[in-house]
Amino acid sequence: MDLNINILEEQKRAQDDIKSQGLRVLVCAGTGCVANGSLKVIEKFKSLGADVSVLTDYDKMTIVPTGCHGFCEQGVLVVIPDKHVTYVKVKETDVEEIYESHIRNNKPVERLLYVDPKTHEHVMDDEHINFYAKQTRTALANCGNINAESIDEAIAVGGYEALAKVLTEGNPDEVIDTIEKSGLRGRGGGGFPTGRKWRFTAANRGGKSYVVCNGDEGDPGAFMDRSVMEGDPHKLLEGIAIAAFAVGADEAYIYVRAEYPLAIKRLRKAIADAEARHYLGDKILGSDFNLTIHIKEGAGAFVCGEETALIASIEGERGMPRPKPPFPANKGLFGRPTLINNVETLANVPVIIRKGADWFSSMGTETSKGTKTFALTGEVNNTGLIEVPMGTTLRQIVFDIGGGIRGGKKFKAVQIGGPSGGCLTEEHLDIPMDYDSLIKAGAMVGSGGLVVMAEDTCIVEVARFFMNFTQNESCGKCVPCREGTKNMLRILEKIVAGKGEMKDLETLEELAQSVKDGSLCGLGKTAPNPVLSTLKYFRDEYIAHIKDKKCPAGVCTAMKKIVIMPELCKGCTKCARNCPVGAIEGSIKQPHKIDQEKCIKCEACLTNCPFKAIVLE
Amino acid sequence: MTAENLHKIDTSKLDEIINQYGGKKSNLIAILQKVQEVYRYLPEDAMIYIGTKMEGLSPATVFGVATFYAQFSLEPKGKYEVKVCDGTACHVRGSMPVLTAIKARLDLKDGQMTTNDGLFSLETVSCLGACGLAPVVVINGKVYPQMTSDAIKIVLDTLLKEEA
Repeated sequence: MDLNINILEEQKRAQDDIKSQGLRVLVCAGTGCVANGSLKVIEKFKSLGADVSVLTDYDKMTIVPTGCHGFCEQGVLVVIPDKHVTYVKVKETDVEEIYESHIRNNKPVERLLYVDPKTHEHVMDDEHINFYAKQTRTALANCGNINAESIDEAIAVGGYEALAKVLTEGNPDEVIDTIEKSGLRGRGGGGFPTGRKWRFTAANRGGKSYVVCNGDEGDPGAFMDRSVMEGDPHKLLEGIAIAAFAVGADEAYIYVRAEYPLAIKRLRKAIADAEARHYLGDKILGSDFNLTIHIKEGAGAFVCGEETALIASIEGERGMPRPKPPFPANKGLFGRPTLINNVETLANVPVIIRKGADWFSSMGTETSKGTKTFALTGEVNNTGLIEVPMGTTLRQIVFDIGGGIRGGKKFKAVQIGGPSGGCLTEEHLDIPMDYDSLIKAGAMVGSGGLVVMAEDTCIVEVARFFMNFTQNESCGKCVPCREGTKNMLRILEKIVAGKGEMKDLETLEELAQSVKDGSLCGLGKTAPNPVLSTLKYFRDEYIAHIKDKKCPAGVCTAMKKIVIMPELCKGCTKCARNCPVGAIEGSIKQPHKIDQEKCIKCEACLTNCPFKAIVLE
Repeated sequence: MTAENLHKIDTSKLDEIINQYGGKKSNLIAILQKVQEVYRYLPEDAMIYIGTKMEGLSPATVFGVATFYAQFSLEPKGKYEVKVCDGTACHVRGSMPVLTAIKARLDLKDGQMTTNDGLFSLETVSCLGACGLAPVVVINGKVYPQMTSDAIKIVLDTLLKEEA
């Protein structure tokens, strides 16, 4: 089909536009950096850039607010690609120095460079910062490199080229073939082959059908979908449009968590811009293909990440899962055939179309192709969002990209896949991270949350934490999930309170099996995973809590006591002033005492004592 | 419906919101979100009104949806909505001591959500997706990164001083 918009011409124009911007200064405006004050940094840069005559090598400077760079902890991030530099932890007050010293006089500001946690050396740019250098970015390729609110910048880096290609060729089956051949599997957790899902839905072509994008990223500790929606919204819209074309849908919904206001704002703007340019809406790019995309804001229910619960929620009902079959591909939203894919899955689609199925399947392992994003958090030096080829080992992720454990502590475990996943220990550091190897190890890729835990994290407490989460989020439809998670939580609470008995462990395992077998949806089926995997790998820690009434990590408050050593206390009163509950008494210059009844064991006194007179017993 | 409540609920405002969403029951969640924006909670009379007025719904259905989703509150929230993130990353890096410090500073008893003067309400949320900044507290949409029990006290003190 001939299109009346030539995307390559548009692309060339957009690229020329970027060239005419002079020196581009990229400032991260993702949720993390905004919290650290990036909007003020942007304002300050803009105020300085007003006088362009003083720049040496460029006739002007353009400040580009971008989406998330992924390295949230080091924010605010300022990247000047032409100067090959990445500045970290930039404050409003640093801007003038960057401008005077580096932008005008080509002298980098060393104190604002990233310091490698291993070598303690200052590192200039992304190519040398291990956190970035060891990644392969496809879904996140543009996040942080383009102005997330500009459709032109998206077009300049290839945006909507794949959509134009499939519309020109006009063969939806061929699109499905390509996706199937690429080996792309669902990135939301299930790992179902994407092409096959498309084919099932496409079998019902002809009547009204829908595409739904699942942006209900509820897994605590995962934020890759947020980054894509905030940092490269047009890529997601393009992926949805290609999917809709392939399965024959003319209406799509993006279901976004209400906790992501910035993502919602950017998506709304991106949809309006794309419609104005005829990349969405009626007669897209001059073809016969029409697509309307709506945004649905979630209202806070983890279970809505499950596809049938999500459909119920879009229909305005309680977000409770429905039995399958019928599968959404046959009878989904408003009873019509529906294709549901996760944000990251759809963000991979345009690049597969553009670069081909073979290019995509050249990355990864035998059964898991392409790249996967992981949210690397917890007790690791470099926290942030990363993307690596499937099959990368945990060791590479935690120790190369993550820079190892904070404060020289010892590695203990990684919790992967959130409340549905499991724990991986030292012995798993070298297994390839792909769908099948992880299932074998008793964990799962899930949405890709990786929480690193060090020696001072209590594994039993973590299991209790996840059970508390799933118990809270259980929708209550199935008895095994509703009652089973409650009882499992009760037992775990008993153990961390120091009141556990050995027979509790057996009951836990028995309950876990019933919840797994008897629940309708993924939430219940996977809820016992964190307990089962920790019982498998850290059983001795459970036993220490039960038999010795000790928490080996020193976390469980019921088993610890904070005391002031009278011989070291100088009576400076600092602890008494810091105590949030007024549990410390004593006169000035006299040894103080903690009232154990009142003490909530927050350790505020302990961390603040200038004489190290307060200890944990 | 008590006389006092009748004064509080402006049904023309509710009609406006319902119409804005075409009166479609698939937009119920969006409608309730708007109503909560106006009142800072979902007043019972507003839910009854919506359930009676909108086609295909009943007050029971509206109540069912309102109680299902964590975002909806059936009691008034404070002028300052304090959300403590207790996602995995925040939890591992110590969100609980921060929560305890807030409760102590605002004098909130266990199970109490809103302060007696209606100024602050406190809740924990599962994950705000800002895990790189853990632990995180959000007050009226503003993100406070890398909180400690001391840091949050300073934040609250500043807000309390402004209100005094």
